[in-house]
Amino acid sequence: MRDLTFIVLIKQVPDMDQVEFDYEEGRVDRSSAPLEPNPFDLNALEEAVKYKEELGGEVIAISMGPKQAESTLKDAIARGADEGILLQGREFAGSDTWATSLALGHAIEAVGDFDLIFSGEKTVDGDTGQVGPEVAEFLNIPHIAFVSGVKARKEDEVEVVSESWGATYVKSMELPGLITLTKDVNEPRLPSFKDKQKARKAKIANWGVEDIGIDQENLGITGSPTRVANMEVPPPEKRESMLLREDPGSAVNQLLEKLDLGRSK
Amino acid sequence: MSEVMVFAENNGERIHPVSYELLGKGRELTDKLEGDLSATLLSGEQLPAEELVYRGADRVYRGTDPALSEPVETSYKEALVSLISEVNPEVILIGATNFGRSLAPRIAMALDTSLTADCTGLDIDEEKNFVQIRPAFSGNILAHIKSRTSPQLATVRYKEFAEADRNEEREGEVVEVKVKISREGAEKVKIIEEKRGRRVNLEDAEVVVAGGRGLKKESDMQLVEDLADTFGGKVGASRPLVDDGWIEREHQVGYSGKRVKPGIYIACGISGQSQHLAGMKESDTIIAINNDPSAPIFEYADYGLVGNLYEIVPELIRQLKEGN
Ligand SMILES: Cc1cc2nc3c(=O)[nH]c(=O)nc-3n(C[C@H](O)[C@H](O)[C@H](O)COP(=O)(O)OP(=O)(O)OC[C@H]3O[C@@H](n4cnc5c(N)ncnc54)[C@H](O)[C@@H]3O)c2cc1C
Ligand SMILES: Nc1ncnc2c1ncn2[C@@H]1O[C@H](COP(=O)(O)O)[C@@H](O)[C@H]1O
Repeated sequence: MRDLTFIVLIKQVPDMDQVEFDYEEGRVDRSSAPLEPNPFDLNALEEAVKYKEELGGEVIAISMGPKQAESTLKDAIARGADEGILLQGREFAGSDTWATSLALGHAIEAVGDFDLIFSGEKTVDGDTGQVGPEVAEFLNIPHIAFVSGVKARKEDEVEVVSESWGATYVKSMELPGLITLTKDVNEPRLPSFKDKQKARKAKIANWGVEDIGIDQENLGITGSPTRVANMEVPPPEKRESMLLREDPGSAVNQLLEKLDLGRSK
Repeated sequence: MSEVMVFAENNGERIHPVSYELLGKGRELTDKLEGDLSATLLSGEQLPAEELVYRGADRVYRGTDPALSEPVETSYKEALVSLISEVNPEVILIGATNFGRSLAPRIAMALDTSLTADCTGLDIDEEKNFVQIRPAFSGNILAHIKSRTSPQLATVRYKEFAEADRNEEREGEVVEVKVKISREGAEKVKIIEEKRGRRVNLEDAEVVVAGGRGLKKESDMQLVEDLADTFGGKVGASRPLVDDGWIEREHQVGYSGKRVKPGIYIACGISGQSQHLAGMKESDTIIAINNDPSAPIFEYADYGLVGNLYEIVPELIRQLKEGN
């Protein structure tokens, strides 16, 4: 039997705790923050590496983004991926989730046979959670979204926990398939210094439009079914806060009076 | 005639209330588009359709098939794609629940059309374009999205819009649709176990009392629970407590947890990082208890109790009980 192939979809995003928003101009200053792997995608990667550790096989990390996203793929290699592929080129820029999924789907087809694809629940910048299930539909494979636990890893089937319809479900899915992972699923490992050093030297394959055989018309701003007509950056919704610093007894008393709860019910 | 179609998510027993909110908003959109409002009710066993009519649907497409009795996206996708291809709605609204957010992208890709996630605003502009407003960048920006394909799909957050008025006099047509599902897709995902009931429904709570890392040990969760009980509310938590296993993840409030909008939110020993705020900043009244006067949570709270939660929370419980 051939080795198992796991694919992880991983995007490079700005560190949300440091990114600056220009409230007056209504812009996001992307250059203000360092770039890092999308936090949810590290959970996806960790799950893929666990699968590999249990059953053997290979983990391939795929990202679509600018040249600098190579560092995110090297980070993935330091954390246990075997290979990184970057979809890169002007044509890809400005793609919405449909176009991104189409590109990632073509890249996965170009990789060849695969068993399980792992994606994050959502990205912290695009914030849609659409790319995973869209890729699954493109590849015509089943998917399970919002996976918060993996219960059994098998060669032809995976068993997971996810929430839906206001209930918690344990589901099994035949492979090949795709799962999207929440932050609850695991605690991503930290790469060792040695692994980081090794990953620094790793070669990241750069693939362009021709390598994945996608029609350029379907990419970028012109190929995307949605477009951002404009953007607002609303200032944080701060509130006029009434601070009560007295001893607990009178602070609580004041609070309940304000809330009109002192004599409620 | 342009039709706005609302997907009425249900678990086989109950229609998710976001569907009634979508019908309310959908009516506003159809008024501007001069079109029809429809609802799609798919389930394993037949469900009554009148409620959707009372809430404003001119037409209800009802489809029943055993394959629809479980949350398996591929079955729902097939049923919806064939219905959509037949009736050609202009706009399709789906609740941004876990199921909706998992199903909608499959439909969008199958139809090669636009999808906007997690909308908080929807409108029709002067040129009759459908405008979808959604938060992005972890809730820091609002993007106005337009689509250039049809149908235009959007998932919409729960509790963002008011429920449609209920009127039993309203009349509408119920169309029984033939559900077309290929069994082989449905067989790839199997339900092994379903746990219903025990789950907390934080989203619908009127009062949420949440604990954070200001709590020193697991057993101190009791304090938060007691306060929640005194209010008749539910218990929430910041992420670190969930990570430490002090409470199940269903209780987590925030960007990667639940988004809540209760009448009263009480944050006990929570600093107010943006990822926590993302889940509760729209609550009607926010009360923060924190011993650090410079904690960011105070900037987002209506009332800030500066002090030790181990003194303040018991006092709050005591006075509330006295007031009774
Ligand atoms: C991608 C991503 C997603 C995330 N999603 C979420 C999410 O969904 N929800 C979430 O909550 N977090 C989330 N986080 C984590 C978030 O960034 C913060 O780390 C977290 O919210 C901090 O929790 P906390 O306020 O309880 O703890 P801390 O920040 O440690 O704050 C504890 C507070 O308690 C106060 N305190 C201490 N002792 C006392 C006392 N005796 N009396 C009163 N006050 C006291 C302290 O002054 C302090 O302000 C996410 C992070 C990332 C990167
Ligand atoms: N440009 C990209 N490159 C690789 N993976 C991506 C990209 N965009 C999205 N993904 C994957 O799809 C998931 C959902 O992304 P999104 O739909 O943008 O919220 C992410 O967590 C990633 O796993």
